Amino acid sequence: MTIYVRFFASLREQTGIDSKTVDADGLHSIRDLWSAVTDEPLDETTLVAVNKTYAGPDHAITDGDEVAFFPPITGG
Amino acid sequence: MSPVQIELRDTPFDSFQELFEYRTTFSKNGDHGACSTFVGTMREYNGGDRVFAMQLEHYPGMTEKQLEEIVGEARKTHEILDGLLLHRIGNVRPGEDIVLIAIWATHRKDAFAACREIMEALKSKAPFWKKETLAKGDRWVENNTPGE
Repeated sequence: MTIYVRFFASLREQTGIDSKTVDADGLHSIRDLWSAVTDEPLDETTLVAVNKTYAGPDHAITDGDEVAFFPPITGG
Repeated sequence: MSPVQIELRDTPFDSFQELFEYRTTFSKNGDHGACSTFVGTMREYNGGDRVFAMQLEHYPGMTEKQLEEIVGEARKTHEILDGLLLHRIGNVRPGEDIVLIAIWATHRKDAFAACREIMEALKSKAPFWKKETLAKGDRWVENNTPGE
């Protein structure tokens, strides 16, 4: 199973990752995926989107998903 | 089809010129009894620091999707006859407009409420991030100020 992972704004700088394709065999949730790509702790303020829709950290990932991690938003 | 035109712009816009031009695009058949607008502009100071410029990052595809959903939610409870929602992306300078929301309705109740609800939802749901350029370096804006 492969997952396309993206980081935005301060999280991109913090993790040093813009995007990457992750071999996610054996991973089940967003939380698992986070731990597989970074040693940073998953902050409770971090927002997650799966295929451009908001999701929680326990959301199950499936093959081909695009998963994005980003900090609280500050538009407007 | 949504009566609200939504656009992300990577160049400066004058909100009042945009409103003037947009208003010529729909027919004035006598139903448009109220228009409520909100314009957000970049300030030169934030948190006591002078801000020279700002980078507005977004999540292509998701930001547009969220804005469509936010407008869709507002339409469930408010009558919206026409509307315009513009938001800047990219490099912004003090004094330039960041966001414009204009909502036309038959009555002011729907116009006021929908304009405000869309703006507040945009602030909490639409993925945009601001990075300020200060004299001492760059700084991510961590949180939006509360609207109420």
